[in-house]
Amino acid sequence: MPVPTMIEFRGVQKYYGDYHALRGINACIRAGEFFSLLGPSGCGKTTLLRTIAGFEGISDGMVLVDGKNMAGVPANQRPTNMVFQSYAIFPHLTVAENVGFGLRRARLPKDELARQVGAMLELVGLEGYGARAAHALSGGQRQRVALARALILKPKVLLLDEPLSALDKKMREQMQVELIKLQRQVGITFVLVTHDQEEALVMSDRIAVMFDGEIDQLDDPETLYRHPTSRRVANFIGTMNFMPAKVLSEDGGRIEVEAQGFGRLTLDAAQASGAPSPEGASIGFRPETLTILFDSQKAVDRDSMATIEEVVYYGDMTYYDARLDGMQSPVRISMRNVFGRPVLDIGARARVAWSPGALVLFR
Amino acid sequence: MKGGWFRVYAFGYLIFLYAPIILLPLFAFNDATIISFPLTGFTTRWFSAMFDNPPLHLAVKNSLLVAVTSSVVSTCLGIFAARATTRYNFPFKAGLMGLIMLPLVLPEIIVAVSLLVVLLGIGINLSLLTVIFGHVLICTPFAIAILSSAFQGLDRSLEEAAYDLGETAFSTFRLIILPLVMPGVISSLLIAFTISLDEFIIAFFLAGTETTLPIYIFSQFRFPKAVPVIMALGTILVCLSIILLTIAEIFRRRGIAKAGGKDTGGFL
Repeated sequence: MPVPTMIEFRGVQKYYGDYHALRGINACIRAGEFFSLLGPSGCGKTTLLRTIAGFEGISDGMVLVDGKNMAGVPANQRPTNMVFQSYAIFPHLTVAENVGFGLRRARLPKDELARQVGAMLELVGLEGYGARAAHALSGGQRQRVALARALILKPKVLLLDEPLSALDKKMREQMQVELIKLQRQVGITFVLVTHDQEEALVMSDRIAVMFDGEIDQLDDPETLYRHPTSRRVANFIGTMNFMPAKVLSEDGGRIEVEAQGFGRLTLDAAQASGAPSPEGASIGFRPETLTILFDSQKAVDRDSMATIEEVVYYGDMTYYDARLDGMQSPVRISMRNVFGRPVLDIGARARVAWSPGALVLFR
Repeated sequence: MKGGWFRVYAFGYLIFLYAPIILLPLFAFNDATIISFPLTGFTTRWFSAMFDNPPLHLAVKNSLLVAVTSSVVSTCLGIFAARATTRYNFPFKAGLMGLIMLPLVLPEIIVAVSLLVVLLGIGINLSLLTVIFGHVLICTPFAIAILSSAFQGLDRSLEEAAYDLGETAFSTFRLIILPLVMPGVISSLLIAFTISLDEFIIAFFLAGTETTLPIYIFSQFRFPKAVPVIMALGTILVCLSIILLTIAEIFRRRGIAKAGGKDTGGFL
């Protein structure tokens, strides 16, 4: 059974004067999924989110929420609610008044209102905080109040505009996990805007990577990481090594490639990505797809000799810049520091194992 | 020693500034018609003389009417202007704001004379209404300055959040914006009231046959007999002004703290 669509963008264009902020966005967000809009600042991700909320009009195209065209529907009548980057907690109200703000228009009896607010506070882990003044809360607590306030109206879509960017690293990681749990619990479609690729990978069911007002790639985190369809997506998400390569021949499902340091390779057609680039083709691979072998180890697939040029020690991991024989520049290799494995020195020679199946060809 | 001389200068400055004001209550309670040392004795009869003085009562009534009306009107105008400048961008914004703020530094007598010429030119009779008009003109820049700092501290997403939660633009203003800028509004009302209450030049030119308090005080100074009463009246006015300005400043600061902003201006 196909998952129903909750939000659909059809050729959405947005101009600010001469500036083309959204250049024809076409995408579907499924009901009940945790969806992220990821990209560098100025790529249009926040603008796109605000077109769903109704804070931003669109110059052309169509935004549909739950099958309904949102053209002409003002923000206060859309079935979406938003968690703002600054949280926008009303400072002159208490926590309970903030959370219950959206229910004001429903004119519920007092005890029913208190019950719903109490349930929401419990959901976000703020039981007993109702009477507190909102301006006296910590960053993490404000975040929770903002979530409770937006969720109390039971929106079809919850929009989150960089909600974790103001928190410190520890708090951020904790809130990431809590947000995932919360989303599973309430089952509402979450749309998150973030510039933090790690955050997007951790939290999302699917991610749209945006550059310059366009969606470059829309996929689940694993596909996005393993098979980026363009160089800039590959560069934006995690670390990607690139080596110049030349396509020798293509027939059917096989591509014959000559790559610096790797020699002649036969790749599967599915490993090729993107449109041909004027810089010429290159081979891309993640730092963890190469393995530095130790004395007794045997390569599963292929191996080459390499010289270590730089060592960056992180405790659990060590990053090496290693130059495989035949390469003009070093590549980054990450190794987990398992027990008994020595950290290599600069200048050391090592055997590096690799597998053609882990390589991506950018034409 | 550098610091020593600076201290002497600061001390002398304060004496120069406040000695005349301290003399005011001194002679207000002095039991003599002539304003000179030595003091002859304590009395409160100059204060009681004020209660039996119909022209003074009329002047006070007029002044209160003018001050209340012009503070309300200039604060309303100030709200519109502060909202517009902090929220919207429009062509010639800086220039326009400069023009609105200009009466703050323009010589008041020039403003008064030109207003008089214009009003007479278009055939409007001078009355308290024309005084109110003039006072709104000079109070509005103060109101804008105070209210801008209140509106600037306001996070735009607060409005969007309220709107997003189902409120209309109007109820958002009433439920969110107004309560948050209220300290600024009160501060603006009080300062405009104080300015209008003791404003003399514009009132003198535009009042026609009406009398406001400063005009009354000025006119009474011709009679030596009336001077101690004026001293008593002056004492009350000084106290009132200080109290109102203090309350205004307290509200302005509280407003900034409430909106979570940094203190960047103010008159005290």
